[in-house]
Amino acid sequence: MTSMQPVAGDGGPPPSWSLDGVRAGVISIAPALPGVALFGVAFGALAAERGLTTIEAVLMSGIVFAGVAQIAAMELWSPQITLALVLTIAFTALVINLRMLLMSASMHPWLAGAPPLQVYPGLYILTDSNWVATLRYRREGGADAGFLFGGGLIIWLTFVPATAIGQIFGSLLADPRPYGVDMILPLYFVALLSPMFESTRRSLPWAIAGLVAIAVQYAMPGFWYIIAGTLAGAIAGGLLGHE
Amino acid sequence: MNEPLSHGVFYVIAAMAAVTAFTRVTGFWMMGRVTLTPRVMRMLDALPGSVVAALILPVILKEGISAAVAMAAVALLMIWRRNEFLALACGIAVVVGMRANGW
Repeated sequence: MTSMQPVAGDGGPPPSWSLDGVRAGVISIAPALPGVALFGVAFGALAAERGLTTIEAVLMSGIVFAGVAQIAAMELWSPQITLALVLTIAFTALVINLRMLLMSASMHPWLAGAPPLQVYPGLYILTDSNWVATLRYRREGGADAGFLFGGGLIIWLTFVPATAIGQIFGSLLADPRPYGVDMILPLYFVALLSPMFESTRRSLPWAIAGLVAIAVQYAMPGFWYIIAGTLAGAIAGGLLGHE
Repeated sequence: MNEPLSHGVFYVIAAMAAVTAFTRVTGFWMMGRVTLTPRVMRMLDALPGSVVAALILPVILKEGISAAVAMAAVALLMIWRRNEFLALACGIAVVVGMRANGW
């Protein structure tokens, strides 16, 4: 009999790592994969239209691996790449991806004690979908850091080939809108989040985040609305406090 | 600043990869070096919903009523049955049906 079980910084069980955890992470993301594939195809098709080769598009998806930022880069693209354009695109990617700084930070209370090799590969392929799935897994008592890696891995393995398909066949694809594929990822987020809805007070910061995002989207061009909304929600959560 | 670069595509990819990896790794790394007050913990707790709301509410606004109805259907099904596949399938069915009818 042990009187004191070790706990992680968030009060849950301490981190472990196993292939079963990786597998569970893969399975958790399965419902979102058609949406991920569509995102990859859409990026590939856009990249082809902007003049990127298959290798360039696949390289971008494989190394950068941030769909929203990549689509934004294609919108800023010009056939003449200058240093100014490189900096503009990098800055836009930074703004869009700043939310991942906060997402990555939120993994710390649980994973601080784990060996870096069990944490950083998973962080390098962190995405919105598998982060929300991982948070829920943790909230339900999960401790296996392989879960974070598995979810990211299967998204990467879907997104990168889908980019190639989109780059090569993009112009042949009909408009996917009537089939609703563009809504799979937003709806997947709603599905992951709704069981976390516990009280009005808890969800007030979420409402603030959404309203600020909408307001900023109207007030400013570009992608500031994502980080503005996220920060507003987090700050509101910190100030409101529920003891 | 404004001369064209040779192999410019690769500079863009490298720069994007660097800033993106920075955002993915630095948050975790930094947290080991600051103390977690209850307020910071509450901020992190409010984060998942805030990120998702900031990403999807503008989508609802752009897509209109079909997106809003589909999201409501998914949320209710999740609370009722806790099955992502079922909830997503019904949500997509709502979107497809409503769009086919011009909503």
